[in-house]
Amino acid sequence: MRTSNAPSIVKRVQAHPLLWPVVTLVLILMVNASLNPGFWMLQWRDGHLYGSVIDILNRAAPLMLVSLGMTLVIATRGIDISVGATVAISAAVAALMVGGKLVITDGVAQHVSRFPMWLAIVCALLTALACGLWNGVLVAKIGLQPIIATLILMVAGRGVAQLLTDGQIVTVYYPPYFYIGSGYLWGLPFALFIAGFVYLLMHLAVTRTALGLFIQAIGINPAAARVAGVRERLISICVYAFCGLTAGIAGLIISSNVKSADGNNAGNLLELDAILAVTLGGTLLTGGRFTLAGSMIGALIIQTLTSTIYSIGVPPEINLVVKAAVVFVVMLMQSAEFRRAVRGWVVRPAAGSHT
Amino acid sequence: MKLQSKYIPLAATISLFAAMSVFGAVSYTGFLSPQVFLNLLIDNAFLVIVAVGMTFVILSGGIDLSVGSVVALSTIVLAKLVQHLHWDLMAAIPLVLCMGTLFGAFMGWLIQRFRLQPFIVTLAGMFLARGLCYLISIDSISITDEAYTVLAQTRLHLWTDGPMVSISAVLALAVLAAAVFVAHGTEFGRTVYAIGGSEHSAVLMGLPVARTNVLVYALSGFCAALGGVVFTFYMLSGYGLHAVGLELDAIAAVVIGGTLLSGGVGYMAGTLFGVLTLGVIQTLIMFDGSLSSWWTRIVIGALLFVFCVLQRVFEAGRKPGV
Repeated sequence: MRTSNAPSIVKRVQAHPLLWPVVTLVLILMVNASLNPGFWMLQWRDGHLYGSVIDILNRAAPLMLVSLGMTLVIATRGIDISVGATVAISAAVAALMVGGKLVITDGVAQHVSRFPMWLAIVCALLTALACGLWNGVLVAKIGLQPIIATLILMVAGRGVAQLLTDGQIVTVYYPPYFYIGSGYLWGLPFALFIAGFVYLLMHLAVTRTALGLFIQAIGINPAAARVAGVRERLISICVYAFCGLTAGIAGLIISSNVKSADGNNAGNLLELDAILAVTLGGTLLTGGRFTLAGSMIGALIIQTLTSTIYSIGVPPEINLVVKAAVVFVVMLMQSAEFRRAVRGWVVRPAAGSHT
Repeated sequence: MKLQSKYIPLAATISLFAAMSVFGAVSYTGFLSPQVFLNLLIDNAFLVIVAVGMTFVILSGGIDLSVGSVVALSTIVLAKLVQHLHWDLMAAIPLVLCMGTLFGAFMGWLIQRFRLQPFIVTLAGMFLARGLCYLISIDSISITDEAYTVLAQTRLHLWTDGPMVSISAVLALAVLAAAVFVAHGTEFGRTVYAIGGSEHSAVLMGLPVARTNVLVYALSGFCAALGGVVFTFYMLSGYGLHAVGLELDAIAAVVIGGTLLSGGVGYMAGTLFGVLTLGVIQTLIMFDGSLSSWWTRIVIGALLFVFCVLQRVFEAGRKPGV
């Protein structure tokens, strides 16, 4: 006999979609803290916070943004493998338009951008939005499979980025632009505020409006959603366009962070990290169930993992093996079949006791 | 009528390849020589082999993102064994092939046993194989073994002083011939098509779905390892950064070859022409000389677009759109 109160809380925690992502993150943080005593140390220096945790948060911002966009795409049963290319294109547009050179007027050295910075940012974001829109139209209007539709942009996009930058690494010399990726606001990295703002916006959009419900309906059964009056195609297009936009913002942060745009390497393998983050967060790749907060945690897990590997002095090459191991473990933990199998190996349930 | 519509995607691929060759022949002197076309096969032998494995996976409705990394892992294991540990070729190559097959079978087992997404399992496999490369060696290992070099540089003349092919090209054609037989002439092949059409129906029909699913990934792993062996003939080195993005080229070749990514529809021969089409684009851009190499990516993207839309148009007549 069970009491009525306690198990319900346990059950509720067990059933909470964020349980496994949080457990994974906490575990990795604990490993981190045990290996690196100064992990949790925060210092106030030059008007902002310093420390490993802040560093991780700062570096995770682009991945968080891309993962947020990817979450909605995956929730509609899609996938967008072109985000890395979109990042490269947006970074190329921004870097080319900002450019920047040193001009000395009245004896004062001044950095001048080629176009006003706001115009460069708007153009870069519009280009990224157009990339997403293209994907969305291919998926929703022409009816291509998402992985193929976005494969086209993934293959061609990097070529386009190289075409824009003429195969060179475009360097930016315009300090105000660097604020996006490495500036600080109220002591915290500015990029984090961008990611937080986008998260908040999306959170409100999917919880305060019917949008979240519609997206879930599309993910569970697109045909049924359409019959039920959900404007499935329009919503799908918007979701892909939005994913492009978040990739564009990530492109701005990344290019601002490294002060350049590299058509070849910017956002390389980012799509895989983003898909990983989304899956680690507990969103189903088969669509229908999604969690934005989970994807944020997933992005943090991946970045923490990377930082751990760098900070404990293991050759960074092991990064990929560790990442793979974590994916395998999390993947298996998420699988109902695996949990059933393990239960079968560990305990041999008496007949009738198994529910 | 039915037979005709079935062959349209394949016919479209072959026509495209022919059209591009004619375009090349008209535009550039020296393009229309047998050696240019044999070079397509020689330079892309590893891609043909990898794409053949990928075709099986895609026909069964799955996807294998790990092939590029498995190619890299094979090159580096082979280079390590042959160059540093002085293994005999006849021992090293079978070992590498076994490794690739087991790697694929392991991923297939995970996918099948625990109902995991092929996309995410093979993604993890991709990370794992790439990571293992770096664990073995961070630097490129060049292969100077004598037997190896001889094997890699052997050229077989079609007739005396005629155009020539490499051993890898012959190997690629042999793999393709075997794959055509396996796909269209054996129970395994028919089961793959059935699973791609509808896994549920295949189970109900009593086909060995579980076994076939694992075998498909094992086969892809084997092809990737063999592709890696051929790749070392081509590069004479092992390196963790070899074949980055090869999985995408392979997928592109399969799609351009007329195989539906949803599985169940497609031909092995189409994949060969898919690879050759990718090769001919590169050759055209090379012959032109004024275009930068990144145009290759853009043209391949555009081709993918055209072919996917065409597939969609043909498909729309047969299946109700979802």
